[in-house]
Amino acid sequence: MNSSDTTSAELALDRPSYLHDGYGWKSWLLTKDHKRIAILYLISITVFFALGGIFAMLIRLELLTPEGDLVQAATYNRLFTMHGVIMVFLFLVPSIPATLGNFLVPLMIGAKDLAFPRINLLSWYIYVLAGIFILWALIHGGVDTGWTFYTPFSTHYSNGYVVSTALGVFIAGFSSILTGLNFVVTIHRMRAPGMTWFRLPLFIWSHYATSLIMILGTPVIAVTLMMVAVERALNLGLFDPRLGGDPILFQHLFWFYSHPAVYIMVLPGMGVISELIAAFTRKRVFGYTVVAFSSIGIAVLGFLVWGHHLFVTGESVYAATVFSLLSMLVAVPSAIKVFNWTATLYEGSVSYETPMLYALGFIGLFTIGGLTGVMIATLGIDLHLHDTYFIIAHFHYVMVGGTIMAYMGGLHYWWPKMTGKLYPVFASRLSALLIFVGFNLTFFPQFILGYLGMPRRYWEYPPEFQVWNVLSTAGASVLGVGYLLPLCYFLYSLFYGKQAGANPWGAKGLEWATTSPPPTYNFDYPVVVDEEAYEYAPDARAVARQEAHSA
Amino acid sequence: MHSGGGGVSVSAGGHGHARLQHHFDDLEQQREASTLGMWVFLCTEILFFGGLFTTYVVYRQRFHGVFAQASRDLNVVWGGTNTAVLICSSLTMALAIWSAQINRRKLVVLFLLITMAFGLTFLGIKTVEYKEKFDHHLVPGPHFHYVCPPGEPCHPEQAEVFFSLYFSMTGLHALHMIVGVGLLSYLLVPSWQGRYTSDWHNPLECIGLYWHFVDIVWIFLFPLLYLIGAH
Repeated sequence: MNSSDTTSAELALDRPSYLHDGYGWKSWLLTKDHKRIAILYLISITVFFALGGIFAMLIRLELLTPEGDLVQAATYNRLFTMHGVIMVFLFLVPSIPATLGNFLVPLMIGAKDLAFPRINLLSWYIYVLAGIFILWALIHGGVDTGWTFYTPFSTHYSNGYVVSTALGVFIAGFSSILTGLNFVVTIHRMRAPGMTWFRLPLFIWSHYATSLIMILGTPVIAVTLMMVAVERALNLGLFDPRLGGDPILFQHLFWFYSHPAVYIMVLPGMGVISELIAAFTRKRVFGYTVVAFSSIGIAVLGFLVWGHHLFVTGESVYAATVFSLLSMLVAVPSAIKVFNWTATLYEGSVSYETPMLYALGFIGLFTIGGLTGVMIATLGIDLHLHDTYFIIAHFHYVMVGGTIMAYMGGLHYWWPKMTGKLYPVFASRLSALLIFVGFNLTFFPQFILGYLGMPRRYWEYPPEFQVWNVLSTAGASVLGVGYLLPLCYFLYSLFYGKQAGANPWGAKGLEWATTSPPPTYNFDYPVVVDEEAYEYAPDARAVARQEAHSA
Repeated sequence: MHSGGGGVSVSAGGHGHARLQHHFDDLEQQREASTLGMWVFLCTEILFFGGLFTTYVVYRQRFHGVFAQASRDLNVVWGGTNTAVLICSSLTMALAIWSAQINRRKLVVLFLLITMAFGLTFLGIKTVEYKEKFDHHLVPGPHFHYVCPPGEPCHPEQAEVFFSLYFSMTGLHALHMIVGVGLLSYLLVPSWQGRYTSDWHNPLECIGLYWHFVDIVWIFLFPLLYLIGAH
């Protein structure tokens, strides 16, 4: 890391950084500064990530042996449900947008704050309220419906705290709607002079696309879960088959959000990866415009594929065929991104700093997750693999291998900006390696298990599956260590880390032009943008080769 | 109204206006941001109600006859009155904004109060209707008891689905009305203090948009629930 802080010295005026602008608890809990709200989110999200992780460890421990010995079926059902609910709604959906996005969207476009700072704070309080509802359900015994709340089990038969959990998810939805709303308005109306749409960092494009899904998809799951709650609590008959109601209708409504929600989780990650690849190859992302539009493409197509979750529900074969084709189409914009990132590496000055290790890991793992997605979008194959561990492995490759890799990569990249401190290099590289290895060891065997026919959501299994399950559990332990390490050295860096300087990576982008950590209103000078995104000086070797060509 | 199109806008209330929040450059940007924010929020609301409307459409197709039959148990007179009340309230809401544009603060307060009165009238009538359904055992659940009209196909369970939809859709709408009345009451004091002027009356406009949206939802609910049996 070369810290070129000539600029930071000039910028270090009398204004305090956002971290030192007020100290009491009020200055944090009543803050309207997007950066402080990002930190509030970071802390609360980490707590829920740890909680969801504990459930994951318990699941893996139970599956170490074929018999149901650690927990019994009823407990196991609650374990995977709470793991899913917490990880999806309280960690993955808000993870990158609410922390990195909140922190960086105004910085990257040269604004002083998001358009609605009070609504931004409100969204965090709503998130916390949702967390309380879900924790309340958890403490009283949890829920056993699976994170999908399928009716009529959830509305009539489940013996868990469905209403409280569903309301928790309902409330969490509004937190994410408000975040999306804030981003859309901010990106439209708050860009600095000269910051045109096609000068925006790709991080902003992907957050814009994400926000569209948050705004248009989230209300649908909100109202759907509200229907589940009123059916269960007030005896209304909306999905009740005894009255002629249709439980499959619930699945349609649920997946109308919950499939696009996958893109809420992965699109911001793609934005992070674009930033990392550009910064550590010292190049403009190859095919910037296409990568920008591919985010929008994913957001739009994402709304047209929900039916692939219902291939085995007796969906009409014509609908299923169309959904299958549309699902495969999503692979096109996704592949555009992967190919363009790879093309960016070509003739770039690649440096293998920790964030870049995560980015490269993301590309590999996301590719596997994406390609297996095309496999299971195929009607015939899906019938074989539906509800097996193949599905589990597939979406964990996208969610954990994709989103969490990107989240970790982004945290490592912007940590010096957020805190002004550098973290230990060796430990951070080790953690990137551990997470990559541990992740693959955990989830690759699950592809095999699923293909062999092990169904998801069972607490015991035939003994011949044990070897793969042992591998998976071993991998989960490595993964756990991989996630604990950053927690330790990030905390360490807060107290003992070296000062980062304004631009420790020598990267382009407005966020690196201000001090680390930035002052409360982000910039001490009026921002005017007069260059394209990622305008790095061309690599000397590439220039030489170019000249040799034309000579 | 502002005329600050393009480039630098030096409108009547540019820099240093009392209502300008710190993170905006000028009032024009602030106004555009909050209006866009409100529209985006209304998109969310459309999708929010959309889930219920979709459910309605699916069951209306499936239980076509029974829905029309059960719809006759709703009181068209009360429903029609409420429709008129809401349309009038939309007018008075628009008049409140107009009054701000011509700097008549007392008129703003007056029209806001009339709008609120219309809103409360709507909620009152809705309560009477709910009470009526309760008395006739038409509230879904263990006490639901639907008496089929003689000589017609009899599917009380499908009628229960209809009334479930009736209560969830009008209930969600009524909840939005309550929020709306709350928001209007929040506008009263600043309006009385003369804060909303031709220069700047953005909260009035945004809450007005919300109010019109809630009205429009009812404009769809009324025929879908009350009028389908009336042919």
